[in-house]
Amino acid sequence: MEYFIQQTINGVTLGSVYGMIAIGYTMVYGIIGMINFSHGDVFMLGTFAALIMFLILTSLVAGMGVAAMLLVMMATAIVMSSLWSWVIERIAYRPLRGSFRLAPLITAIGMSIVLSNFIQVTQGPRNKPIPPMVTEVYAIAGVTISLKQILIVLITVVMMTAFWYIVTKTSLGRAQRATEQDRKMAALLGIDVDRTISITFVMGASLAGVAGTMYLMYYGVATFSDGFIPGVKAFTAAVLGGIGSLPGALLGGLLIGLIESLWSAYFSIAYKDVATFSILAIVLIFKPSGLLGRPEIEKV
Amino acid sequence: MTQATEEGRLSGDEVLRVEHMTMRFGGLIAINDLSFSARRGEITALIGPNGAGKTTVFNCVTGFYKPTMGRILMRRSGGAEFNLERMSDFEINRDARVSRTFQNIRLFTGLTVLENLLVAQHNALMKSSGFTVLGLLGWRPYKDAAKEAVEKARYWLEMINLVHRADDPAGDLPYGEQRRLEIARAMCTGPELLCLDEPAAGLNPRESLELNTLLRAIREKHDVSLLLIEHDMSVVMQISDHVVVLEYGAKISDGTPRHVQNDPKVIAAYLGVEDDEVEEVLEEIEEVAEEATHGHQGGQPTGDAR
Amino acid sequence: MTVISQPPRRPSDDRLKRALREALLAGLISLGMFVLYVGLQTTQDIRNQLVLNQRWGLLAILVALAVVGRFLIVYLLGPWFAARKAAKAARAVGAEAPPQNFLRRNVGWIALLALMIFPMAMLWLVGPQKSLKWVDNYGVQILIYVMLAWGLNIVVGLAGLLDLGYVAFYAVGAYSYALLSLYFGLSFWTLLPLAGILAAFWGIILGFPVLRLRGDYLAVVTLAFGEIIRLVLINWTDVTRGTFGVTGVPKASIFGIWSFDFNAANSFGKLFDPELRRPTLNSAYKIFLFYVILAMCAITAMVTIRLRNMPIGRAWEALREDEIACRSLGINTVTTKLTAFSIGAMFGGFAGAFFAARQGFISPESFTFHESAIILAVVVLGGMGSLFGIAVAAVVMIGGTEALRELHFLKTLFGPEFTPELYRMLIFGLAMVIVMVLKPRGLVSVRNPTAFLHERKAVSSAFTKEGHG
Repeated sequence: MEYFIQQTINGVTLGSVYGMIAIGYTMVYGIIGMINFSHGDVFMLGTFAALIMFLILTSLVAGMGVAAMLLVMMATAIVMSSLWSWVIERIAYRPLRGSFRLAPLITAIGMSIVLSNFIQVTQGPRNKPIPPMVTEVYAIAGVTISLKQILIVLITVVMMTAFWYIVTKTSLGRAQRATEQDRKMAALLGIDVDRTISITFVMGASLAGVAGTMYLMYYGVATFSDGFIPGVKAFTAAVLGGIGSLPGALLGGLLIGLIESLWSAYFSIAYKDVATFSILAIVLIFKPSGLLGRPEIEKV
Repeated sequence: MTQATEEGRLSGDEVLRVEHMTMRFGGLIAINDLSFSARRGEITALIGPNGAGKTTVFNCVTGFYKPTMGRILMRRSGGAEFNLERMSDFEINRDARVSRTFQNIRLFTGLTVLENLLVAQHNALMKSSGFTVLGLLGWRPYKDAAKEAVEKARYWLEMINLVHRADDPAGDLPYGEQRRLEIARAMCTGPELLCLDEPAAGLNPRESLELNTLLRAIREKHDVSLLLIEHDMSVVMQISDHVVVLEYGAKISDGTPRHVQNDPKVIAAYLGVEDDEVEEVLEEIEEVAEEATHGHQGGQPTGDAR
Repeated sequence: MTVISQPPRRPSDDRLKRALREALLAGLISLGMFVLYVGLQTTQDIRNQLVLNQRWGLLAILVALAVVGRFLIVYLLGPWFAARKAAKAARAVGAEAPPQNFLRRNVGWIALLALMIFPMAMLWLVGPQKSLKWVDNYGVQILIYVMLAWGLNIVVGLAGLLDLGYVAFYAVGAYSYALLSLYFGLSFWTLLPLAGILAAFWGIILGFPVLRLRGDYLAVVTLAFGEIIRLVLINWTDVTRGTFGVTGVPKASIFGIWSFDFNAANSFGKLFDPELRRPTLNSAYKIFLFYVILAMCAITAMVTIRLRNMPIGRAWEALREDEIACRSLGINTVTTKLTAFSIGAMFGGFAGAFFAARQGFISPESFTFHESAIILAVVVLGGMGSLFGIAVAAVVMIGGTEALRELHFLKTLFGPEFTPELYRMLIFGLAMVIVMVLKPRGLVSVRNPTAFLHERKAVSSAFTKEGHG
């Protein structure tokens, strides 16, 4: 039983990170119906921004508190991934808006290749380990829970609440939902569609930045190729939860995290990704709109 | 394959019979216990105010929606009967020979006009190409069949006066021609029942007249019965033999155009007036209808809620 | 790039101002983007700890490039593009002229002929040693991608089904050949068709449950399947030997008559001078492989062209345009999609078997999502559905990145530490983005109709609707 709870805790932590990345996929897909393949690599840029900031802080500012350090790193990661995502949207996706459906998908894949190789070229291909930042571990009734796990879950909850508020309660959220439903009509009603879409990209990217910082803090290592697997899994999470749905993305992320850690615990660690992808396929075959997505009625 | 059971047999002159059909979307009842039948060789029109559920009836008949309850029987000229509600959409076309057009035209816009008509002959051509295998090897009979298919397409292009546009992309045609092409494409599948969803919508008066001629020609030269949804009263009154009127998903009138035209319920439904006021407006209607039969009235494009 | 609607007093002056402003902005943005990643480099010191290197010079160069580049684009290229666009619009908007002259009509045959003499020409031009590089690294490599892209073209370009896991079928083909030939000693020519059939079979198995899905969901599931197959190859070590890969995959023979093994009794090398045997045999094998893959490509092209003119091919294209209309015309969309999926998979399987025979070694590394993405990129960049465009895209993208390996002169420019290979994929990715932004419908953006009544007119793909399935 302890083992199960332990694995559940690990799964929830991992799932929170996936969930935060998944938000970016789901929001962009919701608003322009495009799989933003470079989002995973934007997340990777976030981890690297946090990593570099960490090194700057440790070498320049002696004796800075961990909390302050984490905050600065997170802020840097948010700024960097948002900026990159904004630029990418501007040069690679916006010119293709309203064009052929596959065109932005191809530029997104191209951008994903560009980003990971850019980091490989500028930062080198090797793993970048950092010393552990948060080491406190609590043991309760045979189950250990580390402070960094608590932090990740806490930050996820805070970020999600903030996002949920923005999307459901503010005029920006309204503009986003309007753009999502009918871009032309939204434009006619005076919504700056381009700006709304840009902001959506930036919002998703800033969460990816947060997720990147959490990822770095949790695993203590970053690589240029880190964008792909978490990216694909987060996208899987978004689809699993029902693409376009914010709570769905979080739910999907948690599920993927749980499946992964429980499968590794009880079956085989080698096949954990096979399990994840198989479950994705099964869910899509039997419930194509995902768990929380609205079913799509085929218009004839 | 989905032959109707004995007790449901249609009488010889019936081509389609809808029995107690109900269609629900969530809590919304789009069609409520609707029954009607269409006779062979006739043009049956389905009319009604916006949102009456006409297109839903079509979608159920052609298999795009599965009705929540009820039966839809189709009898082919050979006597074979089909339970359409149990068949999937492509089988309804392939086996029961029911073909349809769409309210918002669905042509293959990137294919040429001719190719559109060839795609419609897919099943016949698949058979003659030995399901691609023999055709791939350059089998002679397939080549002949392919030529025949082009000739059939040419025939229909002549019927709709579009021979000169045969090699242009379908998306390049003006609206009215696209409508006609869609009808020709539906006819190329060799249907026995042709369902037209607002064929006259958006047509100008001249095109509307041409459409009437085309539909009459189709009925006379081919063994086809027609079921059509229409808003343009001139089309309905001029060419249909039988009219079914829907309101809020239920049938309110059924009979000849003349009968339906004078049915107070219909008038009330269309004008949204109380029953006791009907007598007053009846005369006005008479005049309008009179005009319509003389073909003075232009086509009224109307978006029907689906 | 907003249009400024002020009275056009001095347009060039305004343009200059605007260009300067945009350039400055670009400089600021690029400074922000690069300051951390380029200005600072994380490296491990002797104690294996991460330290930061400073590279402000490089950062300055990049920012300057962004400023100058943006300035040139806004000041010079922008007006030029606008003028060209206006000129294009002014020209008759009517249908494109059909390819009339001899050269354009027979481009396929001419290309085939040129490729037939290519290895010999190379042999004659640069000698047997250097020609290997041209025949193998360029010729065979590009042709493998051409074949893969043509196979995927059936699925994506014709039927409009977005398949992001195409490489799975490539892997099935490669492993089928490698394992069956190693374990059962079957020959290349028996296994080549078998590999195709197995891949098609897998295409059907994987395709059947998922082909009901709508476009992007289909893309995700195919991606998932691609990854599943790769992970199984990695983890099923008893059979596939995992990440170590399968080594010693037998070579192809000349239809079982001559072998390319040096020591075999029927070795092809025995036909040559004893001293020259080994290298010559090697070159001969590469040239033989070149012709094999050329023939395979030719067959793929022929089959695709024939299929396009058959009812099934037309149904694929109709499916890409409008699935609902297809169903209303009695077309069984599930089997139609399935045929596209499995025929595409079959060609992937053929290519895979060939790949295994050529490499002599395969590992799951060769079948990553990356590979699928490259093949898809070639299809889309070439212009979906156009065999010619796809072949050109393969030459440009694959040949181009291959050519980047050759840029040794850059070493003299940037110092000996500079390795152009590293930049290969970076440039590949950038090229993908740039080509797509400039030509969203690919290099060849017209569609050749499959039948005609009066005359064959190319159809602009502006009319082509997007795939929904």
